Amino acid sequence: MTTFLTILVLVSITVAIWQMVKIFDLTNANRPNTEIANDKDNKINGYLMIAFLVFIYLMMIICVYLYGDLPLLSNSASAHGPQIDNLMIISLVLIFAVQILTQFLLHYFAFKYKGEKGRKALFFADNDKLEFIWTIIPVITLAGLIIYGLFTWTEIMFVEEDEDTVVIELYAQQFNWKARYAGEDNVLGKANVRLIDIDKANILGLDESDPNAQDDVITTELHIPVGKQILFKMRSQDVLHSAYMPHFRAQMNCVPGMITQFAFTPTVTTEEMRATEQMQIKVKRINEIRKEKSKELAAKGEEALEPYVFDYLLICNKICGTSHYNMQMKIIVESEEDYKAWLKEQKVFKNSLVKN
Amino acid sequence: MSEHADTHDHDDHGHHHKETFVSKYIFSYDHKMIAKQYLVTGIIMGIVGILMSLLFRIQIAWPEEPNVLFEALLGKWAPDGVMDADIYLALVTIHGTIMVFFVLTAGLSGTFSNLLIPLQIGARDMASGFMNMVSYWLFFLSSVIMIISLFVEAGPAAAGWTIYPPLSAVELAQGGSGAGMTLWLVSMAIFIASSLLGSLNYVVTVLNLRTKGMTMTRLPLTIWAFFVTAIIGVVSFPVLLSAALLLIMDRSFGTSFFLSDIFIQGEVLHYQGGSPVLFEHLFWFLGHPEVYIVLLPALGLTSEVIATNARKPIFGYRAMIASILAIAFLSTIVWGHHMFVSGMNPFLGSVFTFTTLLIAIPSAVKAFNYITTLWKGNLQFNPAMLFSIGLVSTFITGGLTGIILGDSALDINVHDTYFVVAHFHLVMGISALYGLFAGVYHWYPKMFGRMLNKNLGYIHFWITAICAYGVFFPMHFIGMAGLPRRYYTNSKFPLFDDLSDVNVVITVFALTGGVFQIVFLWNFFYSMFYGKKATQNPWRSNTLEWTTPVEHIHGNWPGEIPTVHRWPYDYSKPGHDEDFVQQHIPLKEGEEELQH
Repeated sequence: MTTFLTILVLVSITVAIWQMVKIFDLTNANRPNTEIANDKDNKINGYLMIAFLVFIYLMMIICVYLYGDLPLLSNSASAHGPQIDNLMIISLVLIFAVQILTQFLLHYFAFKYKGEKGRKALFFADNDKLEFIWTIIPVITLAGLIIYGLFTWTEIMFVEEDEDTVVIELYAQQFNWKARYAGEDNVLGKANVRLIDIDKANILGLDESDPNAQDDVITTELHIPVGKQILFKMRSQDVLHSAYMPHFRAQMNCVPGMITQFAFTPTVTTEEMRATEQMQIKVKRINEIRKEKSKELAAKGEEALEPYVFDYLLICNKICGTSHYNMQMKIIVESEEDYKAWLKEQKVFKNSLVKN
Repeated sequence: MSEHADTHDHDDHGHHHKETFVSKYIFSYDHKMIAKQYLVTGIIMGIVGILMSLLFRIQIAWPEEPNVLFEALLGKWAPDGVMDADIYLALVTIHGTIMVFFVLTAGLSGTFSNLLIPLQIGARDMASGFMNMVSYWLFFLSSVIMIISLFVEAGPAAAGWTIYPPLSAVELAQGGSGAGMTLWLVSMAIFIASSLLGSLNYVVTVLNLRTKGMTMTRLPLTIWAFFVTAIIGVVSFPVLLSAALLLIMDRSFGTSFFLSDIFIQGEVLHYQGGSPVLFEHLFWFLGHPEVYIVLLPALGLTSEVIATNARKPIFGYRAMIASILAIAFLSTIVWGHHMFVSGMNPFLGSVFTFTTLLIAIPSAVKAFNYITTLWKGNLQFNPAMLFSIGLVSTFITGGLTGIILGDSALDINVHDTYFVVAHFHLVMGISALYGLFAGVYHWYPKMFGRMLNKNLGYIHFWITAICAYGVFFPMHFIGMAGLPRRYYTNSKFPLFDDLSDVNVVITVFALTGGVFQIVFLWNFFYSMFYGKKATQNPWRSNTLEWTTPVEHIHGNWPGEIPTVHRWPYDYSKPGHDEDFVQQHIPLKEGEEELQH
């Protein structure tokens, strides 16, 4: 309803403006060329250019002040995270500098050289030196960025697997995630969606005859040990999904019919992350918002929202259907002992099958 | 092919046959009428597309709250006035499709290529008037089919405008992937046919029908932009057509080009051996050049408008042509930057990072050249000029973030978040829309023989400019905070709760900006009948279209086609009394033809 009223108000504003314009036009009825900018228009719009420049700057300042320090930008929880963040910050600084400078030149020139009757513009069609300068500067800057970016990318994507690497399968389906651990033998059993047998509770389509599959563990929560390289092998059973773990600066699509992979080393446990000052501020802020919302909900007779506790998340980030907006899995980063203890409690594949 | 044009060469008055209503307004061969048809169809589609975006912005700002607008417009898709999650995705999908293809490709390029190519190169009409007419009517047909697809029982296509299979291919995956998607594909196939007919026509016309003296280096930058755009279209659209056809085969005839190993809703599908990644390659082989198909014409129009209104030659004419060509070439080898995390070989990612960041160079050259063109000019702030400066502004802001997205390492964390939405809306959406508006304000007198109201134009520009920044600038920040795009509601993630007020701000800007487009619509349709009568050359411009009479006639020029003696940017040239010298005016004795 509020929206509808807002729109009504806006429409009436439009009508009002139109009427003003109409009156303005009537007073000008007899002059020729009234629809072409005259000196007065040039002056007004010239000043508006400066006003608009101020608006852009204000917008930038406000956004950076309010949202520039979102914890997701500055405290990553993986080994390669700081590298990405560094590159991101360098790029952002560069972008802001260029944005501030070029927008200034554009709008300032627009203001400074606003048209006046009788003045003639400078006939200035070409200057090789200038053009060379602003071709070569981007070339050099971009070369730097490309080289830095490619090194980072190569380091992240070309994974060197060693004995210590923990291999975990991420399995996507509309609209939830499963994780599969390799078990004692550290080898994931063979699997294909054609082997799925819902009646026997073989939900990921593991090959029941594969000895490597017997000790695999399937869970709905992702636990990973801190400080160890985790290699994710990703599968999807139906449509494209994307395994997005923003806190770890990690993302890879899950593609039906093929196995994709991404590896990272978690460096901060869930507990440690919760304890950081930045995260506590964020959680507090969120909980205040949730409290406010709960009050509104209570007034409507609905249930209040639960208070928020920080957890790492695996989010689906590729449009996958109706409930795409709620396809998530909790990630818990913990010490290796805790991780091993937790894993031991889980049922292994051969014991999880329903026997006929 | 040129039969039509030939008849006019022998007929100076252009009134050789009696026109009926049907042949003049409906099945017209005349490029000027076809341009108007494109424009009006584009505007109508634009209204639909923008309205959709307003609806889903309301949902994002106030998730799952009942709204009378939803109830009124969405019917069964908004039970009790609450928007359904499927229709949300459908709105997002169709909004993207309509805006990218129907408004900014056909509406922008279709309108101004048709209007300006013959007029600015000095031709009586397009190379093939018939093909041109067919092109428009195919576009019209595809628009109608796209609109019809909105009313399909199981819902319109809802797999995102990129329609990645299997989501778009398997009906079990999503209601919209049934008849809705079939109609979407049929509509797009027809659209591509239309676009190809149009593009071939543009290329042939520019190459063959230039008037005497109109060498390639005397062409206005508008024509260069349209010409190169048409070539990109001819090169890349067929690939999308093949992708669409293969997808139709997978959907309806049981092939497995893009599908393999699918288990959905309790059953294993028969598909084996295909790959969705293949579809992504085919799609983006058009999809990325498409960005430039949308953007280059806008930049071309802007070049012309800025030069005319700055009363100054465009700075670095040859560099501008070179950067158009460079952008066109690079645009066909960068598509992989949409697929850094698609599962393709990371080495390919490195290659595409390299080529993608290279595009920043010609783009930077263009931006700097525009800024230099303003320097020491005598700027006439007509509404078209404001939109052109606005375009340069959003092109810079939006283009800069491309440096982040084109960098594969950084893309890992912002891929498919609102950061991407902010980036492409500014750099191609808003920029191209500004180009379209600049074109309409500037060439309205040529199209309709009347002037648009300038004061309404000013209001339209300033409100739109503020709202566009208000909508898309904060989006960068919620994107960097990790908020994925295409989420029906963010309420399932308390993590993002502190971003909900940003979303409200964005929506308020969007609603204001959207509603104020009424000012433009009113101005556009009212001035068509009641606007001030235009003079022959209201902006005192150099190009040939302003030497034609205000009244439209077949064949464009009543007498002989003027001969061209100079480049189109002799503004404020020393040695002339006026601050413009039209292209058909011969060089004075001893005057140098300065054109670089």
